[in-house]
Amino acid sequence: MAKDDVLLKMVDITKEFPGVKALDGVHLEVKRGTVHALMGENGAGKSTLMKCLFGMYRKDSGHIYLEGKEVNFGSSKEALENGVAMVHQELNQALKRNVMDNLWLGRFPKKALLIDEHKMYEDTKALFAQLGMDIDPRRTMSTLPVSQRQMLEIAKAVSYNAKVIVFDEPTSSLTEREVEHLFEIINNLKAQGCGIIYISHKMAEILRISDEVTVMRDGQWIATEPASELTTEKIIKLMVGRELGNQFPPKDNEPGEVSLEVDNLTAQYSLLKDVSFKVRKGEILGIAGLDGSGRTETLENIFGVATRKSGSIKLNGKECKNRNAGESIKNGFALLTEERRATGIFGILNIRENTVISSLGKYKGAIRLLNDAKMKKDTQDYIERLRTKTPTQETQIRSLSGGNQQKVILSRWLLTEPEVLLLDEPTRGIDVGAKYEIYQLIIDLAKQGKVVIMVSSEMPELLGVCDRIIVMSGGRLAGEVDAKNTTQEEIMTLAAKYV
Amino acid sequence: MNGIQSKIAHYKSLDAAEKKAYIKDSLINNALYILLIIAVIYTYTQNHRFLSSGSLINIVTLSAANLPIALGIAGCIVLTGTDLSAGRVVGITACITAALEQSTSYASKMFPEIGPVPVPIVILIVLLVGAVVGFVNGFFVAKFSLHPFIVTLATQLIVYGLLLIFLTINGNNGQPLSGLDEGFNGFVKGNIIPTIGNVTIPNYVIIAAVVAVIMWIVWNKTSFGKNMFAVGSNPDAANVSGVNVMKTIIGVHTLAGALYGLTGFIESSRIGSNSATTGQNYESDAIAACVIGGVSFVGGTGKISGIILGVFLLRIIFVAFTFLSIDQNMQYIIKGCIILIACSIDMRKYLVRK
Repeated sequence: MAKDDVLLKMVDITKEFPGVKALDGVHLEVKRGTVHALMGENGAGKSTLMKCLFGMYRKDSGHIYLEGKEVNFGSSKEALENGVAMVHQELNQALKRNVMDNLWLGRFPKKALLIDEHKMYEDTKALFAQLGMDIDPRRTMSTLPVSQRQMLEIAKAVSYNAKVIVFDEPTSSLTEREVEHLFEIINNLKAQGCGIIYISHKMAEILRISDEVTVMRDGQWIATEPASELTTEKIIKLMVGRELGNQFPPKDNEPGEVSLEVDNLTAQYSLLKDVSFKVRKGEILGIAGLDGSGRTETLENIFGVATRKSGSIKLNGKECKNRNAGESIKNGFALLTEERRATGIFGILNIRENTVISSLGKYKGAIRLLNDAKMKKDTQDYIERLRTKTPTQETQIRSLSGGNQQKVILSRWLLTEPEVLLLDEPTRGIDVGAKYEIYQLIIDLAKQGKVVIMVSSEMPELLGVCDRIIVMSGGRLAGEVDAKNTTQEEIMTLAAKYV
Repeated sequence: MNGIQSKIAHYKSLDAAEKKAYIKDSLINNALYILLIIAVIYTYTQNHRFLSSGSLINIVTLSAANLPIALGIAGCIVLTGTDLSAGRVVGITACITAALEQSTSYASKMFPEIGPVPVPIVILIVLLVGAVVGFVNGFFVAKFSLHPFIVTLATQLIVYGLLLIFLTINGNNGQPLSGLDEGFNGFVKGNIIPTIGNVTIPNYVIIAAVVAVIMWIVWNKTSFGKNMFAVGSNPDAANVSGVNVMKTIIGVHTLAGALYGLTGFIESSRIGSNSATTGQNYESDAIAACVIGGVSFVGGTGKISGIILGVFLLRIIFVAFTFLSIDQNMQYIIKGCIILIACSIDMRKYLVRK
């Protein structure tokens, strides 16, 4: 078959929600045997477009053709049966069940009326062998690291013999090695004639893996170009519709004297062992490392939401016990968690309730009743300061985009007036424009003399924003580098030290 | 008013197909109220006395008696939990109240050596007894992460056992406790608001109203209330945000227990003759009222006004049963159907629409 044979064609797709035109005449053409990257800021309409493809949303107008035939899937199951699969960013898996139960869910091989466990096991083995994966099919899902669970989603899509596979941010929780592995799999799929739609925010990845790139902005199709003719700068320009001079704001914070001292931090229930470091006032300390190296655990142990076995934390010479989140907040600490949906937002509560929840003590009046007017005013202040895009304070937070949700949670923490900000993947799943704003905010906070500790899986981000980076490996501190004079290679070498 | 205006404006901006969908949605979302109006009109055509002032006052007073227990259980539901022990706590506190408030002239008085105990002391005792049970519920739910269904299933048995033992004190042998003191009955059932025409409002309606106001303040104006909604919405996020999740859960259950105690106090006078069956199954009506009133098992949502409305609606239906002389067996079936419909309509609001 010819290379430029169009596999999937979406024409003039329009979708309107009350008050918002989420998609406005969008086109997308995916050719057989190619990787087609779909890019755009959060809220640009990428997910909505995919949801229209999979019948999760009903499109208002437009046509979808699969191999020249018009299709109109009513559900993702129907799409799957017709060879269109999706690897989701958000993992929806039955964690208490084992790997193969999850893999074959909804289509268990049967022998008479009973499930054929043996065939299921063999099929799983064969599939994993084909993909070069090494996971025991009988292992319970919850015992697998997130990255392997993600790989399993990919295996699932492959197992459906899909012609079109959509990858939505597939690498957000994968380690470097697993990303390589994923790219190998994608290249295999390409060779077999599959069409891949690849949604990601990571420029380097896009430029490396994709053949064509479609950029969307504000629900509209902006451009489709061969990847070979694009550069990071060009893509960003298309995405934000203006020159984004630099990915990172200028660093003008000045580290002062030592403020936070962490000594021999060891966790009770996780692998974290003997972690010690010091951070200065006004300094941004990065924590690098592979997934599962103890970065998140370090922050959680400092903040007291994980159980500490031993070690001490001193802020400005004063010992902080930080036995639980409440105590840590009183001591001037704040923790922005990694998984926004699971441990960050209160989905059905509104922006104001989400903002003030950690500072209710501030609003207690005469007979311990809360002062509504003051809560409204402070919430409004932070909406304006962080330029959070929301219709009203009374809007449920779950209806905002990821970047705006993150701003609300940052507001929550800034409202507690912390001295130490522990930020775990502060820009995960956030679009380029909002990322820049968050970097600026982090640098501004450092300028005000706050201690900022930031965990990130994106190395350029650590190099661009931090003053100093410590590298974790296997639960221990593997080394420390100066952000100005280091390379990604040096950090990677340290990260592999105790693996 | 603005809300209605903007709704009308929104409706006018829709095209024909959307208008149809909007009307359909509104009909389904308000199906309960529509059914209720139909039921009221039907009952009225069958029996005009249904809407007489005496009957309406009857509905109000019956609702008031059941309001505190519903307000208590609603907190547990906001936390995505439930409380099966509520009815039994009403039972034991009603019997304790009755035992302490029997008149000295009553022949088979349980504690012959003490006269009627002052009302404030009795109120304190029942609040405390209820709170202790609630605390135990909350403690096991919070400390051991047990599902409230399991915990309260166990505690309602324990409380029932204690109630049966209590009723054997001083050779009482499980007999109902009656012959209550006039002063006590006057406090609960008397009326400080003078009778206007033939309308008499008993004091416990005022008690229920005061409790509703206090609960509204607790839910909406205190950090305890805000924390409750946060824990109900996302306990993990609440923990990271510095909310003391354990304290909040225990607090909600303890407060609920105290409100059951208050219900028991009112019931003891209202019923007059209190036995081991007093309070039985009260929790199911209370839970039904909460759900009808929009306190969702999804967690993190609910309004005091909704609960009050829910209690009223349920009561109107029960009273209508009597006016239509529907037999008891049929009543259970209809009640079951109402709960199913109410929950289904409620869930519709929280489903992610596609």
